[in-house]
Amino acid sequence: MIAFIGRSVIQKIVTLFFVSIVSFVIIHIAPGEPSQVDPLNPKFTPEMVARFRQAFHLDRPLYVQYAFFYRDLLTGHTVSWKDNQPVLHKIGERLLNSLPLFVVGTLITWTISFPVGIRSAIFRGGLYDRGATFLSYVLISIPGFFFAYLLIIFVVNQFQVPVIGMQTFGMNDTPAFHHGMDRRWHMLLRAVLGATGGIAVLSRYVRGQMLEVEGQDFVRTARAKGLPWEMVHYKHALRNALLPFVTMFGLVLPGLIGGSVIIESIFSWPGLGRLAYEAILARDYPVILTINFIAAVLVLIGTLVSDLLYVAVDPRIRL
Amino acid sequence: MSPEAAPSEFRLETPPAPARTRSEEFWRSFRRNRMALAGLVIFVLFFLGAVVGLVLTSGDRPLCDPALVRLPEKLRPPLSTPHLESLAPEERPALGIYLFGTDDLGRDVFVRMLQGAWVSLTVGFVAVGISVAIGILLGGLAGYYGQRRIRLEQLLVMAVLLTGAGLLAAGLRTWAVLLLAAGHAWLFWSISPWGIQHRRTPLRGLDFLRRNTLMVDTLIMRFVDIMLCFPSFFLILTVVALLPASIYTIMTVIGLTSWEGTARFVRAEFLSLREQDFVAAARVLGVGNLRIIFRHMMPNAIAPVLVSATLGIASAILTEAGLSFLGFGVPPPHATWGNILSDGKRFIFDAPWLTFIPGAAILIVVLSFNLFGEGLRDILNPRLRERH
Repeated sequence: MIAFIGRSVIQKIVTLFFVSIVSFVIIHIAPGEPSQVDPLNPKFTPEMVARFRQAFHLDRPLYVQYAFFYRDLLTGHTVSWKDNQPVLHKIGERLLNSLPLFVVGTLITWTISFPVGIRSAIFRGGLYDRGATFLSYVLISIPGFFFAYLLIIFVVNQFQVPVIGMQTFGMNDTPAFHHGMDRRWHMLLRAVLGATGGIAVLSRYVRGQMLEVEGQDFVRTARAKGLPWEMVHYKHALRNALLPFVTMFGLVLPGLIGGSVIIESIFSWPGLGRLAYEAILARDYPVILTINFIAAVLVLIGTLVSDLLYVAVDPRIRL
Repeated sequence: MSPEAAPSEFRLETPPAPARTRSEEFWRSFRRNRMALAGLVIFVLFFLGAVVGLVLTSGDRPLCDPALVRLPEKLRPPLSTPHLESLAPEERPALGIYLFGTDDLGRDVFVRMLQGAWVSLTVGFVAVGISVAIGILLGGLAGYYGQRRIRLEQLLVMAVLLTGAGLLAAGLRTWAVLLLAAGHAWLFWSISPWGIQHRRTPLRGLDFLRRNTLMVDTLIMRFVDIMLCFPSFFLILTVVALLPASIYTIMTVIGLTSWEGTARFVRAEFLSLREQDFVAAARVLGVGNLRIIFRHMMPNAIAPVLVSATLGIASAILTEAGLSFLGFGVPPPHATWGNILSDGKRFIFDAPWLTFIPGAAILIVVLSFNLFGEGLRDILNPRLRERH
């Protein structure tokens, strides 16, 4: 076990090293430079540009820049080129905004997908199953931004509540209950939007797993010896179908960063995706690279956790 | 003995042919899957629409000009008739009415949707073509030749060539040319008859370079792991934002960042296929490697690739729409479904059709690809097939 963990950690560190090289090279090989983002700005005299390039080591060869950048990153001293703020501080601030959404979205996804998927599998081919299947295809296929506008129109017209941003301006002095409800309304749509895609995919997956287990011999045996059907479905079938989902806990982790750029810019939600988007537009290389690095670390930790969980849960796997 | 009875004595002992051929069987189960069939029908309609749209809207003097601005006619609702008296003859819509209304500049949304259909179609197919090609190549290499080992010199030459290309891109001409020349010289040496015959390096002292190192499989699969570490939409966004805006950049970037799944499928299929008897038989008969790969193994491995390609087209169309929505991609006068929606969102309460029409179009097309792909998966999966 220890040997397995040690080997995977070393392998993951090597992978991370190559990821850092690839992302650095991708960003620096692209045409254009951060010093040329705003050529029309009168403050950007050639001397300013030269000083800027020198201050951020842009005049040094690439491998020196690489060494400087990752030394700064690992010691936590990276600063944003846009406003000289420490990058980790900026990211931490945005992470606090993204975290509640991520947690609520994940909870909604996991609590809804399982009942839906299990019911679909039990009544395979019925009206409910076909309806749920079609609905989940629709939810997978709908463009996130279009769905966001549909929901905004619906909620704003039906419930007369504000949904854009994190809270209504000037709500800080109101009683705690109003303030809290206001924030909850602002968060609800975002969380639902983040969860729908997940619900569609996960419930299909639950259904597939259930169907596979229900077709196996031990379930037929359980049914044949006359067990009540809830016993057959929920005890014999479901417990065995749950196995692969334990590993998915690890794979949820990267969702913290990826894939919410569009939704966050529609809702003006100051989260991580929006920070990344702004950094890309401003060619703020340290922020882009740091977010990328953190995303890669999350992916690697996620796979490690899911491997370990699998070993812990499935007695058939031996190391 | 009568001559009529003769044929029965010479009856051949052949096994009865299956009642239906494989493709007949395929069509039978396909027609029974109504959602997949609907997906295929919508896809064919979309394809025809995109081709018609390309013919009607391109060229110097297109039949319907999607960029024609009619300011007096702005924000007309769908199905409204134009005010003919205020329009010059060449400004009249070709259909006689504004089928999908007009946008804030008075451009005909129907014609713009037609123009955008071609963009969605090509982005989907070209991006998936690129990703499937890379996926099959790398997955096939890893699956078929995966157990071979790479020699140290090969790794070195690859590193030298890559560094050279990188330096060339970074602008250091002299070093780049030197490195590239050295790398190519080594390559030519090793594939020249002399190099192959002697199986050694040009200098005796460098023979340690022929030592075996990594396996091909390890190298390729670690590369897949590295690529999977990037959050894909973020990576695409970064590259698209840094490169000059064009539809070709988007296609290429989406293709280059979405091949990992295909590579894994193909590798897994090849690993199991190459151990099977028919491949061993082909090899014993002296069939060449390439023929084994493309004639014997590929047809058996293609089913999951086909399914993931269909689903990949759906996600490529969604990605392109998302990028257009954020304002990257095709430069403005050219319409795409994403940027029609993005321009129209400012008028969402006054002119909801500018949001709903492109949004619904993307939804329907992506849905058709998803339904078709999932139907294909069910039909091609022998475990789910009904036994007759």
